[in-house]
Amino acid sequence: MTENELNPKTPMEDLTIGGNIYTAGNAKEFKTGDWRSTTPKYIPELCKQCGLCFPVCPDDAIPVNKEGKREDFNFDACKGCGVCAKVCPFKAIEME
Amino acid sequence: MGIRERLSGNEAAAIAMKQINPDVVAAFPITPSTEIPQYFSSFVSNGQVDTEFVAVESEHSAMSACIGAQSAGARAMTATSANGLSLMWEMIYIASSLRLPIVMSLVNRAVSGPLNIHNDHSDAMGVRDAGWIMLFSENNQEAYDNLLMAHRIAEHKDVQLPLMVCQDGFITSHSIENIELLEDDIVKKFVGSYKPEHYLLNDKEPIAVGPLDLQAYLFEHKAQQAIAMKNAKKVIKEVSEEFKKISGRKYEFFEKYKLDDAEMVIVCMNSTAGTTKAAVDELRAQGIKAGLLKVRMFRPFPAEEIAEALKNAKAVAILDKADSLNAAGGALYEDVTSGMFINNVNVPTVNYVYGIGGRDTTVADIKSVYKDLEVIAFEQSKQVDGTKIKVENPYRYLGLRTK
Repeated sequence: MTENELNPKTPMEDLTIGGNIYTAGNAKEFKTGDWRSTTPKYIPELCKQCGLCFPVCPDDAIPVNKEGKREDFNFDACKGCGVCAKVCPFKAIEME
Repeated sequence: MGIRERLSGNEAAAIAMKQINPDVVAAFPITPSTEIPQYFSSFVSNGQVDTEFVAVESEHSAMSACIGAQSAGARAMTATSANGLSLMWEMIYIASSLRLPIVMSLVNRAVSGPLNIHNDHSDAMGVRDAGWIMLFSENNQEAYDNLLMAHRIAEHKDVQLPLMVCQDGFITSHSIENIELLEDDIVKKFVGSYKPEHYLLNDKEPIAVGPLDLQAYLFEHKAQQAIAMKNAKKVIKEVSEEFKKISGRKYEFFEKYKLDDAEMVIVCMNSTAGTTKAAVDELRAQGIKAGLLKVRMFRPFPAEEIAEALKNAKAVAILDKADSLNAAGGALYEDVTSGMFINNVNVPTVNYVYGIGGRDTTVADIKSVYKDLEVIAFEQSKQVDGTKIKVENPYRYLGLRTK
């Protein structure tokens, strides 16, 4: 068993000592979105795809597709800080 | 084989470190352990070891540097005493929870305050539940021998825990006694090289050490430490047996000195065992069946084995060189008596807190304890139906000045 497969049901005998992680590049598997305090709501009808919101996101939680257009939030990473809603000139992001 | 020398306990520890030739030593001077890094740094300067000596700015940094070095894949050692260990406190737990087999010489000294630089065991007792293996040493020879065995025990794959070798400040650390050293090549072969399975400087395997460990995991990781501590018993036994083959010196979990037929038994650790042996010899010459159980392995604690060794005694005194200030009894007393209780050994026991802040403990003091034990044993013998007596005032002082 690699630690990528470890989860809160893994018995102690199968856990690595000290919680050590022996495979690199698995931080993406750690879902931090459950810390989110408030939740941004994306309103596509108002969005002009101006591109101001995603560079300011501290958690890289606004995915941008191949056409350079933003999509809905990645809530596995979003903490609800509200910076994106603040910079949006078109009120296309509401904090709930 | 064997080199006859005359060394202080600190010199013995430093020479053990020289023969071990660790990759990193990080230490900060504090009385009475100062001489260990002092002597060792001269070995570094003279090119007698290959060690990187890190002259840190505090004991917290000393342990931190050891943790960094050991995580990186190096063999790291340090030495400290009393308040130095107190300042390491945070990192002491990090070392054991990250399962890093760092080896420390702890030269026991009273933890201030009020300020005192002399010997008692309050520093060691403060970290007794920190997940470190703790070996106690009666004299310079045992401090040296325990250090030579330390890495083999600590680094064993079933253990992987840090280890401290304790000796009494000044009484052992600064007293020059005869000692028999092993040849350098024999030590080198015995200790071997450190080959960790996972380490930070392995460019083939990038790893993370010490990640966040919340509710879903910490409990299990602590239990892993507890299992490693249990495993250490078997490893300590094996390594000690192997050490006997190269040194002729036998080490067990505890030393039984004239214990097998003893009626009055003292349990203690470190240099006081030597004083107690002198008292036992004098009492034995008078036909009094006195005996000693000297604890060498304090962590892991050999509760079952100690209970077994004490089961035929008529009265037992446990000597604590640190007061737990808990209105119940010292740390060694609590461990011994709870071990006896759960193993159904019911022998009247009494606790003496002694030697605090370096207060001298003489053969006459120890003999007075055996005298008290004779009284307790006599009271017990009057119970014709075998009912166990309750020892009055079981939490006592030895050598305390009172009105």
